[in-house]
Amino acid sequence: MEPKVNNWEFCKKPEIVVHETDLLLIGGGMAACGTAYEADRWATPEGLRITMVDKAATDRSGAVAMGLSAINTYLGENSPEDYVRYVRNDLMGITREDLTFDLGRVVDDSVHLFEDWGLPIWKKDEEGKRLDGAQAQREEMPSLRDGGNPVRSGRWQIMINGESYKVIVAEAAKLALENNRKATGVDQNHFERIFIVKLLMDQNDPKKVAGAVGFSVREHKIYIFKCKTALLGTGGCVNVFKTRATAEGQGRAWFPVWNSGSNYAMAAESGAEMTMMENRFVPARFKDGYGPVGAWFLLFKAKATNALGEDYCATNLEESRKLYGKYVDSLGTCMRNHMMMIDMKAGKGPIKIHTDVALQKLSETMSKKEIKHLEAEAWEDFLDMTIAQAGVWAANNMEPEKVPSELMPSEPYLLGSHAGCAGLWTSGPEDFGPDEYSWGYNRMTTVNGLFTAGDGVGASGHKFSSGSHAEGRICGKNMTSYCLDTKGEDVSFSEDHDELAKEIYMPMETFAKYSNYTTDPNINPHYIRPGMMQQRLQKVMDEYVGGVGTWYMTSKSMLEEGFKYLDMVKEDSLHMAAENLHELLRAWENFHRILAGEAHARHIHFREETRYPGYYYRGDFLAIDDENWKCFVNSTYNKETGDWNVFKREYHQLIP
Amino acid sequence: MPSYVITEKCDSCAGQDKTACMYICPHDLMALKEQVDPITKKVIVNPETNNPVMKAVNQEPVQCWECYSCVKICPQQAISIRCYADFAPLGGEVIPMLGSDSIMWTVKFRNGNIKRFKFPVRTVEAGSVDIFAGVGEAKADISRIKAPGLYTQHANGDPRTAITPA
Repeated sequence: MEPKVNNWEFCKKPEIVVHETDLLLIGGGMAACGTAYEADRWATPEGLRITMVDKAATDRSGAVAMGLSAINTYLGENSPEDYVRYVRNDLMGITREDLTFDLGRVVDDSVHLFEDWGLPIWKKDEEGKRLDGAQAQREEMPSLRDGGNPVRSGRWQIMINGESYKVIVAEAAKLALENNRKATGVDQNHFERIFIVKLLMDQNDPKKVAGAVGFSVREHKIYIFKCKTALLGTGGCVNVFKTRATAEGQGRAWFPVWNSGSNYAMAAESGAEMTMMENRFVPARFKDGYGPVGAWFLLFKAKATNALGEDYCATNLEESRKLYGKYVDSLGTCMRNHMMMIDMKAGKGPIKIHTDVALQKLSETMSKKEIKHLEAEAWEDFLDMTIAQAGVWAANNMEPEKVPSELMPSEPYLLGSHAGCAGLWTSGPEDFGPDEYSWGYNRMTTVNGLFTAGDGVGASGHKFSSGSHAEGRICGKNMTSYCLDTKGEDVSFSEDHDELAKEIYMPMETFAKYSNYTTDPNINPHYIRPGMMQQRLQKVMDEYVGGVGTWYMTSKSMLEEGFKYLDMVKEDSLHMAAENLHELLRAWENFHRILAGEAHARHIHFREETRYPGYYYRGDFLAIDDENWKCFVNSTYNKETGDWNVFKREYHQLIP
Repeated sequence: MPSYVITEKCDSCAGQDKTACMYICPHDLMALKEQVDPITKKVIVNPETNNPVMKAVNQEPVQCWECYSCVKICPQQAISIRCYADFAPLGGEVIPMLGSDSIMWTVKFRNGNIKRFKFPVRTVEAGSVDIFAGVGEAKADISRIKAPGLYTQHANGDPRTAITPA
């Protein structure tokens, strides 16, 4: 096809707004809110300007938009060493232990702040009775910082009344931003509904960030931000694989459907080193609604079995040991998936979680009032964070206290904050760790001045909401440090503003130019609409890169066949057409999603083993191969040639 | 659908500074659109002003996460959720009523059963948070910027701040 050009012949040129700042925070989720809060303390007294740019409204943006029923990382009485052991165990022996340990020593501080700001945290009284966060406050129970006793659903998890979790965290971030704005005398430093699509590099040093560019999804405006340092805090990647849902239920992704891989794609295009992009997360959740299982398993002690009533993690243990050896005993998240899928494939499904049995057992020694409270606790788990699951039950006349529910492994997601570890290769803490893991500024990527947190930091999962916030705070402090150290250095990019605008608005020009050619603007030989582009990517990823359609199975030959189709997906993405700003948002999300998906496929191709059975399988290398592959797989992308350079990096065990 | 807007109840947030659902939706799904009569296919106009009637619409239901942010924020209670029809039977409904310190939930089952729950949402009034309270000076000790640990850890003397692997 002829290359598309945009000379503003058919679509109106948008206004170009240029904004200068020192610290640019791209994203508005837990990580970026943490960065804003911490950066204000360090940067504001130094006169440095902070700017947050969010593609949504910060009160309800990011993965915590709907709320959460638990904080999954609160160390409390546990040591950071044990936290590292837990994370390493779940991530099949490979994690950046320096990053994980470092997070373990700061994460509780963020949780204490959340409580200060009004997040209700369940407490346990002296008799072991559970109180919700408001009751605990009324009874003047001490805060966590002052030794209050949280309700542990697991060793690392605490229960909260988290419907407004994100609203509360956003309020603090916005207050911090406002404090900085007043002190530095700028007109505006919090931009909502601006989607950043590209980073801009310094014209004298292509390994240094100098700004970012995006567009408003509300007005015809291009926004160019000039900065000294930038945070990529834009989450993981959802909807890169075909979903189990077939129509409108595709929106019911387990991870937030608006996480479009922007973090990975913008970093890759800037030349930042990626790590563990082969990793993915396949959550086994309540079928269709993808409601959380954590509290059911850990707090209410529910058991899951196959249709024969067997515990698949017991009956399939010895068989699994043949390929996965000692890793079977660790019973990590992927290994439990693996054993569940053995039974599903053998026709021993449906796999059910016996919520009814669990609650009835707990009720045996309870009063009527206590049983009512328990039922409310069980429902709150969903209403706080996956309301759709409550909807699925209501629609099916299912009450989990009376009947069991089916479990299902979902389509794959790319992320670095939950039980997965895809992301960027970042510098570690200042005071320990091997030299090769540290190049000056904690959580800085291999691009100078470019930091990341939360889903953006690879090789260190299990941070969850609190850890993402705390990691953002680490960035806020270190970005300030970077700014102070580079004071006086001139940073500027050479890209022409008008050329950037042309590139960003290309899908608008394409639609304006060609849509009249056919009687139905959806079917037109000159372009592809973003919705269809996404479907095509999802189908290629599903069939060749190990999605649900192949039971997560792929191989060298399948991947190499898939690369041919992925290349054409990439070529065709330049022919996307956007009718309006909403569709332009979708078009650019797809540019990002495609590159994130490609990184995933390239990494899986390179790692010749099955490190994460239950997440994905290399059919040609079905076992775990510690001798050759107990290492990180890293990569860099060349945006000029489209080539990936994929290579190994050594894993260092720091905690025995 | 996932989220849907009840025609009669939506007033397009006229008279407010922003359209609430459109402002809050994390995925840019809610939009104000001209209303077309589904039977006559004619644009509905306001007889007084002769302008087309604008109402909120979920413009891309296939991308709806059912996060209920629009439902919770709508001042007219005009928005509700019809569960994903590709896997959920009709007739179930989950209705939130978000207050200043708690949320009330009504879960209506397909068979007519109803459950109600109430949970706290915050213990500090919105808008009254003081991010500088109880955590030392508002200004960090810049001499510690290269030291491990975060601002409040330094201010509170958190013993975990600078520990290293044993």
